[in-house]
Amino acid sequence: MRHIISLLLENEPGALSRVVGLFSQRNYNIESLTVAPTEDRTLSRLTITTIGDDRKIEQITKHLNKLIDVVKLVDLTEGSHIERELMLVKVKATGAQRAEIKRTTDIFRGQIVDVTSTVYSIQLTGASDKLDSFLDAIGNSSVLEVARTGVTGISRGDKVLSL
Amino acid sequence: MELLSGGEMLIRALHDEGVELLFGYPGGAALHIYDAIFNQDKVEHILVRHEQAATHAADGYARATGKPGVVLVTSGPGATNAITGIATAFMDSIPMVVISGQVDSSLIGSDAFQETDMVGISRPIVKHSFMVQNAEDIPVIVKKAFYIATTGRPGPVVIDVPKDVTDPARKFEYRYPETVKMRSYSVPAKGHTGQIKKAVEILLSAKRPVIYAGGGVIQGNASELLTQLARMLGYPVTNTLMGLGAFPAPDTQFLGMLGMHGTYEANMAMHFSDVVLGIGVRFDDRVTNAVSKFCPGAKILHVDIDPASISKTVAADVPIVGSVTSVLEEMLELIKQSETQVDKKSIDMWWQQIEGWRAKDCLKVVSADNDVIKPQQVVQAVYKATKGEAYVSSDVGQHQMFAAQYYHFNKPRRWINSGGLGTMGFGFPAAFGVQLAFPDAISVCITGEGSIQMCIQELATCLQYGLPVKIVCLNNQSLGMVRQWQDMQYGGRYSHSTYAESLPDFVKLVEAYGHVGIRITKLSELDQKMEEAFALKNRLVFVDVSVDPSEHVYPMAIKGGSMKDMYLSKTERT
Repeated sequence: MRHIISLLLENEPGALSRVVGLFSQRNYNIESLTVAPTEDRTLSRLTITTIGDDRKIEQITKHLNKLIDVVKLVDLTEGSHIERELMLVKVKATGAQRAEIKRTTDIFRGQIVDVTSTVYSIQLTGASDKLDSFLDAIGNSSVLEVARTGVTGISRGDKVLSL
Repeated sequence: MELLSGGEMLIRALHDEGVELLFGYPGGAALHIYDAIFNQDKVEHILVRHEQAATHAADGYARATGKPGVVLVTSGPGATNAITGIATAFMDSIPMVVISGQVDSSLIGSDAFQETDMVGISRPIVKHSFMVQNAEDIPVIVKKAFYIATTGRPGPVVIDVPKDVTDPARKFEYRYPETVKMRSYSVPAKGHTGQIKKAVEILLSAKRPVIYAGGGVIQGNASELLTQLARMLGYPVTNTLMGLGAFPAPDTQFLGMLGMHGTYEANMAMHFSDVVLGIGVRFDDRVTNAVSKFCPGAKILHVDIDPASISKTVAADVPIVGSVTSVLEEMLELIKQSETQVDKKSIDMWWQQIEGWRAKDCLKVVSADNDVIKPQQVVQAVYKATKGEAYVSSDVGQHQMFAAQYYHFNKPRRWINSGGLGTMGFGFPAAFGVQLAFPDAISVCITGEGSIQMCIQELATCLQYGLPVKIVCLNNQSLGMVRQWQDMQYGGRYSHSTYAESLPDFVKLVEAYGHVGIRITKLSELDQKMEEAFALKNRLVFVDVSVDPSEHVYPMAIKGGSMKDMYLSKTERT
């Protein structure tokens, strides 16, 4: 099963490599990874999506917690949560296609953020499967380039991940 | 307040941390630190002949004393040579602090002379690591390093120190912190009382229980508590390779070591048990054999300080995260108060069954009739000559298993071996680390002619510091354990496991290093010559014993089977 693990990490040199290293060292899988400093400059927030059965996910969270630089951790998929990913996609847009792509972008609530006579650059946010559906809708042959940020997320309601 | 350079602060901080011994080897990037060592007499430095030996010696020191081992190496090759020893300590959860020199901060990343990314290379095999950015941070970093290395599940910590940070020309105010607090690191203290109660209930109603205790009991200094618990309950005890000495081996409640080369009775008892109390163990693959067939009828109670060790390979029915000491104390208290009593009748029947397995006498040694020495007999001779009181270090291979099986450890911290990583070359440096910790004790290294050649240069270190280690080499003229597997699984094709014609004359070799060599080739002279070797109290003696090269270690688990599936000899299996 797919899990989204968010963690607060000491904003120290090498801290990220300890997290990433743990995954390769123990043969765990990273589907996506996002990281940036938080409002507290001494902390980074890191979100990893990974796939594994309950036993594997338990080991992953235990080993992450053991890393000295990991301050706090939550498996967002354990409760109700919001997940988002941002995608920038460059598509071929010529002739009749231009209107069609514009329409599809509107349906997915995306924005065209750059235009040339032959190319649209589209920005889209949402859960990962929504981004996948958009790419399906546009069709492989039109897509020139895709840049995705990977998933970040936050739990719903009063629950917070902070110190 | 005193003004000190970075190098001086480092050594002063070690002293303030209570460090007495430092194992190391100098080099360019560490020279400021070495100069600081020269100008003081509080921390003694032991000069090894290879950095790997520095880490193993510090490791042996740590295992025997319970105090952290400390290592100092230079950058580049100094640091990479230390890696094997760091990994060895990591796998066996040994507290160790390794200080490595690094090139100047301004040169990092430029492929400078003797530059290597030590923090990066060591990352998967350390509990934590630090790269010192400012000299002022040194006292706090040293404090944190020792705190992390010695608390919770212990492990090695690396401090990488760029040379400019230790510059003798730049002085700073020095103050060693008394305490340390880290928001991201907390040590699990007491176990969950509800869980402990549940475990005690299950334990007391057990009909076929086994106490399975490992290295965590030794690391946690909980051997006495374990012994109390076992005696109070009257249950059988088995120890892992890392746990030998946690429960006194001569005790009738002791079943011997379990696992791949464990005794028949220990493995059978595990397999047919209804309750397994695992304390300070990690259900290693060398214990469990096939996990899917492991102890099919047993409830698993698992006590460990590391939550990640619990339910990693074998799912625990009652997981308890906490220090073994606190959990055992609480268990003892609960058992005293409990209304449930041990099911005496069932336990008696269980012991009868165990005695039946024990009667097989799976470790019986039959003397060859042609005066050839069996390797097991060498360990028995060492046990006799040392009256069971020695610190025994070992390397890795057949001799290690024979030592584990035939030297009956009755105290913790006496058996020093690389269990997790299985590092050949570990034993001899570890043995002189032990000797430095306990100058008057007998420190013996049981080794083979393969392993000993991996760190044999340390004969010079022992001469320099007058360390009277006894080296007993079970010389079978081949890599015995490799050869055994080749016998059993590869049709006797000895691919690169033999080298009889090119072995050195070990007696001459150690004499060249200024030590004493004794050769033993006949069973009839084994005991007497062994006595002679140990009688030379102030000399390092290398005892080169020719043993039967065809001997195998038994029992041996049958791969893919359960714990009850064992070869008992070349011709017999369960």
